[in-house]
Amino acid sequence: MLAKRIIPCLDVRDGRVVKGTNFTGLRDISDPVELARYYNDSGADELVFYDITASAEGRKLFTDILRRTASEVFIPLTVGGGINTVDDFDRVLKCGADKVSVNSGAIANPALIGAAAKKYGDQCVVLSMDVKRVNGQFRVFAKGGREDTGLDALEWAERGVGDGAGEIVLNSIDTDGVKQGFDLEMLDALAARVSVPIIASGGAGNMEHFAELFTHPGIDAGLAASIFHSRQVDIKALKRYLREKGVEMRL
Amino acid sequence: MIAIIDYGVGNLFSLACSFRSIGAETEITRDPARIEAAERIILPGVGAFGDAMDKLTATGLIPVLKREAERKPFLGICLGMQLLFDESEEYGPHKGLGLIPGRVCDLRADLSDKSLKVPHMGWNSLELRDDPIFRHIRNGEYVYYVHSFYAKDCAEHTIGVSQYGNVSVTGAVRRGLVYGTQFHPEKSGDTGLRILRAFVEL
Repeated sequence: MLAKRIIPCLDVRDGRVVKGTNFTGLRDISDPVELARYYNDSGADELVFYDITASAEGRKLFTDILRRTASEVFIPLTVGGGINTVDDFDRVLKCGADKVSVNSGAIANPALIGAAAKKYGDQCVVLSMDVKRVNGQFRVFAKGGREDTGLDALEWAERGVGDGAGEIVLNSIDTDGVKQGFDLEMLDALAARVSVPIIASGGAGNMEHFAELFTHPGIDAGLAASIFHSRQVDIKALKRYLREKGVEMRL
Repeated sequence: MIAIIDYGVGNLFSLACSFRSIGAETEITRDPARIEAAERIILPGVGAFGDAMDKLTATGLIPVLKREAERKPFLGICLGMQLLFDESEEYGPHKGLGLIPGRVCDLRADLSDKSLKVPHMGWNSLELRDDPIFRHIRNGEYVYYVHSFYAKDCAEHTIGVSQYGNVSVTGAVRRGLVYGTQFHPEKSGDTGLRILRAFVEL
């Protein structure tokens, strides 16, 4: 049977991995290629590289890192951050990315999802959303969680899937960095609306949070950063634990 | 040298890197002379069947590939495997290469549990039949899939399956020297590399 996936996320700026809490107070952790190799050896099912660089030199550094990672780590790689045009898809796919995640770029230009899906296939396009509750509504935020777009997250997701997004990463700003568990209410609401795989992000603090996540059948994968980078949770141990709990895991 | 067929479909960077990591030399090519000189052939592919078949036809390589498939180990990966069959119903019908009897059908239509997601995306365990290409892996190891259509009516040539709901997804096929994997060995971690190594040793 199809296994649930455990996905570490590497936020990369100027060639280094960083991870913040609630998107602020970034701190440097490690070399991305080394970390990617470590996660591959630990049994990570996929890697997400998120480019949070603003400068052109940083972007060049990022694609170099991506190319180096893809030439020695043979699991699926998803790349996000700074993806605003179909040319941006092309740039990272050529460096070994398998999937490309769009966030603010799709908000600014909703036609991007359809254009990329047509060119590279639905399986290649991941819609990533930063979502926060505002007046009882799940609201999409742009610019790394700083700007309320006014978009309803569930409608936005449905539209993205209709246009060709093959997977959704739902990052709850409400639970991100708090380490009290994934935002199950938000995730369930999304799973009821779309039929593509859903990757849960934001809130994982321990192994139990993943076990709890996977009791929700509509969720396909759990993504986290700091708890893996800090080795607070070891992926190999996590996957063994989840399998003992009856969750289908690749070991 | 392993010829990776370049017909404008998909991203060949990872594929070439995965072979390099196991010490095998590859060449991404559409030159018939290089394909004839190669010891092995890889037919990659992502996207839609009809479009890929049109592009392959446009290269003029189909007669070369059909001839070489009789002579040397040949591996179709993902859509490259689907192209080996007689036909596909994806936006179709479309004719395939006809190297392996069978047809490619919509996975969603055959799933009885409609809550199961399509594409079938992620890691699934592979139940093996005895074959040299699996000599370095054990039964039940996980491989990485991404697809919405799957091959059927090919039981005689099926050497690996993965279960998805009620459907036995054709994971790997073989007829003579012609192999195909629906999953991506170049994205299936160490398990995938061991399958590629066995292919290189064939």
